[in-house]
Amino acid sequence: MDEDVARIASHRGVSATMGQNVLFRSRTDRRTFSALSPLVPSPVMSIKALRGLLLPAVAVLTGCNTVLMSPSGDVALQQRDLIVTSTLLMLIIIVPVIALTLLFAWRYRASNKAAAYDPEWDHSTMLELLIWSAPLLIIIALGALTWVSTHKLDPYRPLDRLSAGHPVPTGVKPLTVDVVALDWKWLFIYPEQGIATVNEVAAPVDRPIEFKITASTVMNSFFIPALAGQIYAMPGMETKLQAVINKPGDFEGFSANYSGAGFSGMRFTFRGMSEDQFAQWVQQAKAGGALNREQYLELAHPSENDPVSRYASVAPGLFETIVDGCVRPDAVCIDGMAAPSAGAANNMPAMSEHPMSTMTSAKDSTGHSSASEADTTAAMPASRPL
Amino acid sequence: MSKSPDLTTLIFGRLTWDAIPLHVPILLWTFIAVMLGAVAVLGALTYFRLWGYLWREWFTSIDHKKIGIMYIVLGLVMLLRGFADAIMMRLQQAISFGHSVGYLPPEHYDQIFTAHGVIMILFVAMPLVTGIMNYVVPLQIGARDVAFPFLNNFSFWMTTAGALLVMMSLFVGEFARTGWLAYPPLSGIAQSPDVGVDYYIWALQIAGVGTLLSGINLLVTIVKMRAPGMRLMKMPMFVWTALCTNVLIVAAFPVLTAVLALLALDRYVGTNFFTTVLGGNAMMYVNLIWIWGHPEVYILILPAFGIFSEVVPTFSRKRLFGYASMVYASVVITVLAYLVWLHHFFTMGSGASVNSFFGITTMIISIPTGAKLFNWLFTMYRGRITFEVPMLWTIAFMVTFTLGGMTGVMLAVPPADFALHNSLFLVAHFHNVIIGGVLFGLFAGINFWFPKAFGFRLDPFWGKCSFWFWVTGFYFAFMPLYVLGMMGVTRRLSHFDDPSLQIWFQIAAFGAVLIALGILCMLIQFYVSFRRREALRDHTGDPWDARTLEWSTSSPPPVYNFAFTPQIHDTDAWWQMKQHNYRRPVDGFLAIHMPKNTGAGIILAGISMVFGFAMIWHMWLLVALSFLALLVVAIGHTFNYERDYYIPADEVTRVEALRTEQLASHV
Repeated sequence: MDEDVARIASHRGVSATMGQNVLFRSRTDRRTFSALSPLVPSPVMSIKALRGLLLPAVAVLTGCNTVLMSPSGDVALQQRDLIVTSTLLMLIIIVPVIALTLLFAWRYRASNKAAAYDPEWDHSTMLELLIWSAPLLIIIALGALTWVSTHKLDPYRPLDRLSAGHPVPTGVKPLTVDVVALDWKWLFIYPEQGIATVNEVAAPVDRPIEFKITASTVMNSFFIPALAGQIYAMPGMETKLQAVINKPGDFEGFSANYSGAGFSGMRFTFRGMSEDQFAQWVQQAKAGGALNREQYLELAHPSENDPVSRYASVAPGLFETIVDGCVRPDAVCIDGMAAPSAGAANNMPAMSEHPMSTMTSAKDSTGHSSASEADTTAAMPASRPL
Repeated sequence: MSKSPDLTTLIFGRLTWDAIPLHVPILLWTFIAVMLGAVAVLGALTYFRLWGYLWREWFTSIDHKKIGIMYIVLGLVMLLRGFADAIMMRLQQAISFGHSVGYLPPEHYDQIFTAHGVIMILFVAMPLVTGIMNYVVPLQIGARDVAFPFLNNFSFWMTTAGALLVMMSLFVGEFARTGWLAYPPLSGIAQSPDVGVDYYIWALQIAGVGTLLSGINLLVTIVKMRAPGMRLMKMPMFVWTALCTNVLIVAAFPVLTAVLALLALDRYVGTNFFTTVLGGNAMMYVNLIWIWGHPEVYILILPAFGIFSEVVPTFSRKRLFGYASMVYASVVITVLAYLVWLHHFFTMGSGASVNSFFGITTMIISIPTGAKLFNWLFTMYRGRITFEVPMLWTIAFMVTFTLGGMTGVMLAVPPADFALHNSLFLVAHFHNVIIGGVLFGLFAGINFWFPKAFGFRLDPFWGKCSFWFWVTGFYFAFMPLYVLGMMGVTRRLSHFDDPSLQIWFQIAAFGAVLIALGILCMLIQFYVSFRRREALRDHTGDPWDARTLEWSTSSPPPVYNFAFTPQIHDTDAWWQMKQHNYRRPVDGFLAIHMPKNTGAGIILAGISMVFGFAMIWHMWLLVALSFLALLVVAIGHTFNYERDYYIPADEVTRVEALRTEQLASHV
């Protein structure tokens, strides 16, 4: 069956060239065609080559049940589709190139005196046009796909669907989770629920989640492969990730950017659950202690392979103070306006007035819905000089 | 050590006995082995009285051919070190599962992957590329040397000094534990207070000076020193790619120097260029380092493309197809190389439009690259292909690199990159293009030009062994990493919990063993070829019946390359000369004006290395002394007026007569 497909493909390739032949003008160009035709009777090489290439590709793309190929969140699913589509698009050009390489190498081996030999043939306008325009067409298609999908899957853009065919119901507010990459564990703060957890994060199935992400000292990358693509966690800055989980279950999350000695153990569990279970999970955290600034500073000390822990309450504005680098009582906040003790109430409006000056803020140039504008501005990395 | 601690600090800085890893058995044994090896080599050199010969004929040589060979030796030696790191990582990742923590604690493992990246890119690929350009470019353009011969020698020794600093970090102190690009804040003084990052900074700064100067040198050589008749569009394809690469070097390396200088200021004098909470911004570093780092990738791959463009026509016995479009493709790649750097960090949170822009520019690069592949393909088409070792490498390249290109374009789609970034898929991708592109190209080039440089061919049997081990080893080592990337496994991990991943790492480790055999076969190939050099002797100077000018000279070429500067009428100048029954001039030789050897390069680089070492260890007295010495020697060298000499006409006549004799005896 594979062989048939490959044979058809190779026949098509040749007949396409035949179709072009009417355009050939020079004598040498016509010879191009006549020498390509011997490919037809001996497709054995190309079949082998094609099969050799396609099988691993197919195995990797569909055979293996890898997390990227069968994710459980809608964003990751769309990213999966994009990986598959772009691969298939490129195979249109990759497969012929590899097949022709092996074919030409074999066919024009020096010992094959039956093959044509044309040592001075070094130019064909027709072929040149073809070899520049074929990749160009693929890239135009892929470029268009890239532009559209990059805007659609912008991690800052509020979700408009829960899954294919299920738009986000009106009035549903995303669950906000503040994420702090510490050395070397993850702190998750739930501002609405007023709780915090370490190395475990949960969310109800089919409810949009908005992660606001920062780091305490070094750069990390917040990544839950089953849920959505990653985004960097950087100290003094806040990045965002919008996602939704569609299936209940426990999924692996980790830092995808090397951050020092404890990096390998910097893993956490992401738990997708029903609304009821989520409420219970929140209640479970309510049994823990409080996370105030002192305890945060204690927690922020480097440690490795930390177990899951939970906090019943969180000091107000703690996350914003972490982003501003001023949890320690003697530290001055980045924006220089709010005193360390002033907390989020003062910080947030102050930050939103800042000009958008850094990479992370390039969001505003994309012209997304104005509803998200205020959020985006507040999410800006505030890196103004003191 | 001393009763006056201040004096000790002034002299030794922060260097204490603790910095010597006597307490780490694995390093201690490596150290002992290296020292024994070094003593054996140095002893042998002394015993055979080779010091004077090496100093006169090699170390102080300003002959571009000898400098080129020294670059390649440096690259191959460092390949052994870089590969030792690689196989240690593969072993660690293959065994470190569940309760087993492997044999490398993070402290070592993190240094190893950092050193592996730095060494492979800057001290393996760069010296090999520069070495081949150095050797081949002047010969291909009909020049007698490069534009600035002394500078060439100095550049080589600066690169070597950088490499030596990296090697030193193995036994004195430690190397950076930051990843090969040393992103702050991790590389900042707060997170990395030890000497590792300082070794990184000064090794790269010193080697970077060498690379930049060599870039300027080759650029000027190509622009100014082409033989009469060689217009730009008649230059051999390798010279074109060398030109593009050196343009990239000249424009990109100052950025590296600047960004490392800023990092050094942050670390040494407490500035905050990259400290976000104090008004700086770490993202600036990431942008700057990739504004150098991405062109760096093309600096490596373009000369490899050039090598393939020489190898394919030679072994297909046919003109290069689409010369003009090859040239334009190289130039387009050169320009676009500056417009793609952000694709290394789509995940930093840039807006969708910024990400799309850089994603699409990245994809556009695949168009000229694809055109190049097609051009090689149609050069083979209707050719008479002989599968000598360089051609085997080329075919393996065309298949492997195409796959690597495909995964590269996948990574260029920003939302796909969000899932694949920093994963082992990425690791597989860049090894796919750097091994499958750059390294295969360099091996093709080494096998291709070796007879030119040494007068005998490399043994094809061991060359083919090396080839098959390398290629199969490559696929075994890196295809599993693609799969692991799809499984969401990220890179730089020294320990794993999920036992289902282990089999893939074991396959990858097996691949690394095959590659080790490939390297071993290559070393055997050098040895066997040397032993069989009489049987493999190239008397004609043109063992492959090749096409460009370097093959018109004897193998090895005389010190002056060309007794008379040739006239160029064709891109394949030598092929055209052969077609027109070119006759070598056998009399009427004139005295030839040549540059004279000088020890200034090695001395200046040696002092620079001492300066770097002193800066790393905060030995401020030595810093001051070595800096002063650097100035004195540099100024002193400007008073050296004995920089040139004439090879007398008699000597030229004698050398050319020998060549005539040699040719006559092997028609």
